Amino acid sequence: MSPRPTAIEIDSLTLRYGERLIQRDLSFTIAQGDIFIIMGGSGCGKSTLLRHLIGLQTPAAGSVRFAGVDLWQTDDSTRQAMQRRFGVLFQSGALWSSLTLSENIMLPMTEIGGFRAADARELAAVKLALVGLAGFEDFYPSEISGGMKKRAALARAMALDPDILFFDEPSAGLDPLSSAHLDELILELRDSLGATIVIVTHELASIFAIGDNAVFLDAETRTMIALGDPKTLRHSGPEGVRNFLGRGKM
Amino acid sequence: MTSHNASLLLHQEAGILTCQIAGDWHAGEQQPEPLPSVTGGERLQFDCSGLGRWDSSLLARLLPLAESARQAGCVVADDGLPPGLARLLRLALAVPARRQPGNSHEEGILDHVGKVTLAAWQRLPLNLAFLGDLFRSLGRLVLGRARFQRADLLLFAEDAGPRALPIVSLISFLVGTILAYMGAAQLAMLGAQIYIADLVGIGMVREIAALMTGIILAGRTGAAYAAQLGTMQVNEEIDAFRTFGLPVSDFLVLPRFLSLLVMAPLLTLYAGIVGVAAGMLIATTVFDVGAFAYFQQTTKALNLTHFIVGMVKGTVYGALVAIAGCLCGMRCGRSAQAVGEATTAAVVLGILLITISASLLTILFQQLGI
Ligand SMILES: Nc1ncnc2c1ncn2[C@@H]1O[C@H](COP(=O)(O)OP(=O)(O)O)[C@@H](O)[C@H]1O
Ligand SMILES: [Mg+2]
Repeated sequence: MSPRPTAIEIDSLTLRYGERLIQRDLSFTIAQGDIFIIMGGSGCGKSTLLRHLIGLQTPAAGSVRFAGVDLWQTDDSTRQAMQRRFGVLFQSGALWSSLTLSENIMLPMTEIGGFRAADARELAAVKLALVGLAGFEDFYPSEISGGMKKRAALARAMALDPDILFFDEPSAGLDPLSSAHLDELILELRDSLGATIVIVTHELASIFAIGDNAVFLDAETRTMIALGDPKTLRHSGPEGVRNFLGRGKM
Repeated sequence: MTSHNASLLLHQEAGILTCQIAGDWHAGEQQPEPLPSVTGGERLQFDCSGLGRWDSSLLARLLPLAESARQAGCVVADDGLPPGLARLLRLALAVPARRQPGNSHEEGILDHVGKVTLAAWQRLPLNLAFLGDLFRSLGRLVLGRARFQRADLLLFAEDAGPRALPIVSLISFLVGTILAYMGAAQLAMLGAQIYIADLVGIGMVREIAALMTGIILAGRTGAAYAAQLGTMQVNEEIDAFRTFGLPVSDFLVLPRFLSLLVMAPLLTLYAGIVGVAAGMLIATTVFDVGAFAYFQQTTKALNLTHFIVGMVKGTVYGALVAIAGCLCGMRCGRSAQAVGEATTAAVVLGILLITISASLLTILFQQLGI
């Protein structure tokens, strides 16, 4: 396998909330087309790291570069242009509650993508069908279940056919079958769109099934303690990581 | 069944610490003082021969003891404990307690004042950025390039305006009544009841209608804006806007701001008219002023300037209420508690801004001789 170009380069990144240190000295790269997993115990700062990668929070130190451009050293309009290539699935789904599912997907299409409303509506229906929500176009987010919200949010994340997708615990709250279906969908997305995918997840099945590479954030030492292929880390990683990845067989 | 008092004792014998536990342990009942923490020794063991029934209150007493023992390098031998309790203790000790910095909740009043001041200072750039964004959105609106959903605008306008009519009617009517009564009581002594018309007319149209409308809007619409935007913040909906590169202030703030900007002066005008009508009703029914005379006196007292001054004030108050509501909503934290705080803050800030601007505007109009 020839080495693929780097999509995201994270260098000595430090994450803080005010005075409070969450993680420090994070350095790793994510290759184009990889499915990259961010894992670690709850509260260790996975979501916080994700928020730094997608430009919602400014790093206390260090840099995040996409194709060589530093997300935080560039002007607002360049940053917005970079963000438009992202698709993000937030931990809570974050569907816009005043819009129907179909409108949720149409809004970025018409406002950012420049689609005509009729085309956008048609495409929105297709994306909803992809995540198994055909027929739910006119439902409001409050009228569907948690798992369905996650899937609708995934459809919205794909609205603009992004180059890089970020998922925060996509399978949390899904039953195992839907969760496996979601994994297939993610693999499919990568293979068909060639997208780079960054996923925060606890789900061992997903980690081994789809993860090409992974970083493990430690809550104790507040930094990364392992980086690499999860299947390798399971046997040769540091103890904390082996416990985490081996927990199914205890 | 009788219940025996719980007791807890610690003996030390040649490096072996024995913790003697006896009696029945129930949360909420009288319990022995906690034991001092262990500072040395080789082994901590338990003697439970006198132990009756127990619940997690016993665990709560044993946990700090076992933790301090472990920290002092003393082995905790839990084989003397009932099996269930031993398991719970092991579970509780499995993960060492992590002391997170920056989470101390004990603070003196000076600390508190300092923190609040510092927080306000640190928020200043954010607040200014919010205003900057709003002005840029307004600029884009003027150029016809602002992006928001027209349907939103209509919805917000309907909610801020027509739906506020009942409460605005009620309050202006009552305030007009009060004004008429208070004024008339004095004026009647001079036989000058007819001047109630001047008092109520100018007072309502120029000052009070705008003030009352502003306060109603702060409590009704400003609070709603803060709650809506705060909830969107909690649900990460606002983050979703940002990551799509959708301008948040165009989509979320602008329609709210515009609907109050348009509706506030109209409501002010309406409130003024209701107030004058209330004054007329009181003057004619209670103080024997003829309806036509009252009407004529009112038209003599009021001129266009009074209406304009009133509506300018109403517009300013409406804008300030919208800014306070949206600002507090946008800087809301990520919890239900934070949404409540944002809503309260929006109302307080709204009324504060109204009061400050009311005095500034009154001085300004005075200086301009209007
Ligand atoms: N807005 C915030 N302000 C202060 N601390 C926060 C905030 N959000 C999260 N934290 C703290 O940061 C840490 C990491 O949170 P998060 O990234 O959500 O963890 P997770 O790995 O579970 O996604 C947690 O300890 C949390 O308490
Ligand atoms: Mg998280």
